[in-house]
Amino acid sequence: MAGKTLFDKLWDAHVVKHVEEGPDVLYIDRHLIHEVTSPQAFAGIEKRGVPLFRPKQTIATADHNVPTQDQHLPIKEVLSRTQVEALKTNCEKHGVELYGLGHANQGIVHVIGPELGITQPGMTIVCGDSHTSTHGAFGAIAFGIGTSEVEQVFATQCILQNKPKSMRIEVSGELKKGVTAKDIILYVISKISTSGGTGYFVEFAGSAIESLSMEGRMTVCNMSIELGARGGMIAPDQTTFDYIKGRDFAPKGEEWDEKLAYWKTLTTDADAEYDKVITFDASDIEPMITFGTNPAMGIKISGSVPLPNGDQSYRKSLDYMQVEAGASLKGKPVDYVFIGSCTNSRIEDLRAVAKIVKGRKKADNITAWIVPGSKHVEAQAKAEGIDKILEEAGFELRQPGCSACLAMNEDKVPEGKYCVSTSNRNFEGRQGPGARTMLASPETAAAVAIAGYVTDASEYLN
Amino acid sequence: MEKFTKIISPVVPLPLENVDTDQIIPARFLKSTSRDGFGENLFRDWRYKKDGSENADFVLNNVKEGEVLVAGKNFGCGSSREHAAWAITDYGFKVVVSSFFADIFKGNALNNGLLPVQVSEDFLQSILAQTKAHVAVDLEAQTITLQETGEQESFEISAYKKHCLLNGLDDIDFLLSNKEAIKEFEISSRIYSGTPTTLK
Repeated sequence: MAGKTLFDKLWDAHVVKHVEEGPDVLYIDRHLIHEVTSPQAFAGIEKRGVPLFRPKQTIATADHNVPTQDQHLPIKEVLSRTQVEALKTNCEKHGVELYGLGHANQGIVHVIGPELGITQPGMTIVCGDSHTSTHGAFGAIAFGIGTSEVEQVFATQCILQNKPKSMRIEVSGELKKGVTAKDIILYVISKISTSGGTGYFVEFAGSAIESLSMEGRMTVCNMSIELGARGGMIAPDQTTFDYIKGRDFAPKGEEWDEKLAYWKTLTTDADAEYDKVITFDASDIEPMITFGTNPAMGIKISGSVPLPNGDQSYRKSLDYMQVEAGASLKGKPVDYVFIGSCTNSRIEDLRAVAKIVKGRKKADNITAWIVPGSKHVEAQAKAEGIDKILEEAGFELRQPGCSACLAMNEDKVPEGKYCVSTSNRNFEGRQGPGARTMLASPETAAAVAIAGYVTDASEYLN
Repeated sequence: MEKFTKIISPVVPLPLENVDTDQIIPARFLKSTSRDGFGENLFRDWRYKKDGSENADFVLNNVKEGEVLVAGKNFGCGSSREHAAWAITDYGFKVVVSSFFADIFKGNALNNGLLPVQVSEDFLQSILAQTKAHVAVDLEAQTITLQETGEQESFEISAYKKHCLLNGLDDIDFLLSNKEAIKEFEISSRIYSGTPTTLK
């Protein structure tokens, strides 16, 4: 019998039952919730009169809608405040642990899960947010769900899911100097398209992936949804175990030894077969930036915008972005730099930015926002003096939240303005109505903030 | 959930690819705590100009009738917001036709009685080539017919989901009926027990 992929092993271990000619009843180990996609699900179980089945496997935080300034004050915007208050009321009523505004553990849901040790190898993790794929970096099956599915998990700790097909994306070889995890995933998406992974669950592998830190692996898995894939995962290894050890919710003592022994078994068998395998050579990857209105519209910063092929959607996209086919983006003036989001707001990202901007000043035409992913990241940045470096360079260090990644709060890029952003989506209006987003790594974003125009970080990396 | 049977309707054509859920309903309109009223802001930034007036070029402002939305491939990509499905149903659509759907959107649609009908690229182009197309969608037979030309295709849907839609059942009813099996699974097969979460 052929071996099994890591994904197969974990999926099969969580199937409570298979519905004939239908989906699997999949057991969920951890359910993360936030203020935007949970209220209707709480209302749903209340209407049915069923209790929240396993509140202790549920963790809540407020992130999507929260202001990133003056978080100690009541939220000014009425609708946002109502949503955040509803989360608090619902969590109290149903016995769910909430890391709300002001709590030391608050932050972007996909930043706090890993940093608190809630995310562990071998788990099934869901959240009403597509970037739940982030947690796959630990060798977990993690994916985003809709609110009806949030309600399913509330009611039964299970959801009905058809098992996706398996895809292996291998990135092997040595990365060039200055090439980051973000560049890897933007490169992969630009090659596979935003629908190339639809119907699949991806396992990322290969020496370039293995060489990444946990933060880097999270960035890669985070954006697997931008391939259309439901999620991405990376087999756990020593890097993973070292990251988890000692975190608040990590296993301790004897339990640690038991779990570690189990985690070490979480690999794909040598003779396992995937439904699809795609391989890339790490040395082909260069610092990337997007020019269009979906994450697959990415190019090397040294490259030029591809010529149109008569496709209406492509022309609409270039028109929205006001970029010229055939032209290079290098030297294009930029107005905003946003460093944050569940893709790139971890301490390693802030350190990378600080390294580049230290002793330098942002360009006058740039407004630079840096929004740490969590209260712990914020505290760590302060402990390391990163806050001072950023402030001296003219960056605004804000408080944790999703912020300008989706612009649900006040952090909006104005119409027509260009923003080089470390977030994950460059859709029309994503960062504010009419805003023009270019996705890039924290290193590139920092270099752009200093230069005032599109450039890569090479001249600032010494 | 309302039962889905068969419909014959004019189509509302949106011949764009990769329509993401941020376009279907922008994030700034996700602040409600109920499921209702999202149709008002369906395709908000394409449908209205900055001053709030209607954008005359956008299809929803020209074609006022029709329960079937027809869009280019990779419809519903991006954010998992179920609000996208709620906005489409609240506006009055019962079916979305495309040559390819994003996974999460498809699931969300089915969970709200909105039928995603995946057709071939050729069939999609046949619909879009008509100035005023009508389609008949028969869930029982799993067929879609372009009324003007008689062209017909069958579409796929899992037997389970078909049963749910035809009978107006939802997944939670089904899962709740399996609670004993879930409890047994927790005892026999689980690796991770509930985290003792305490406020610190």
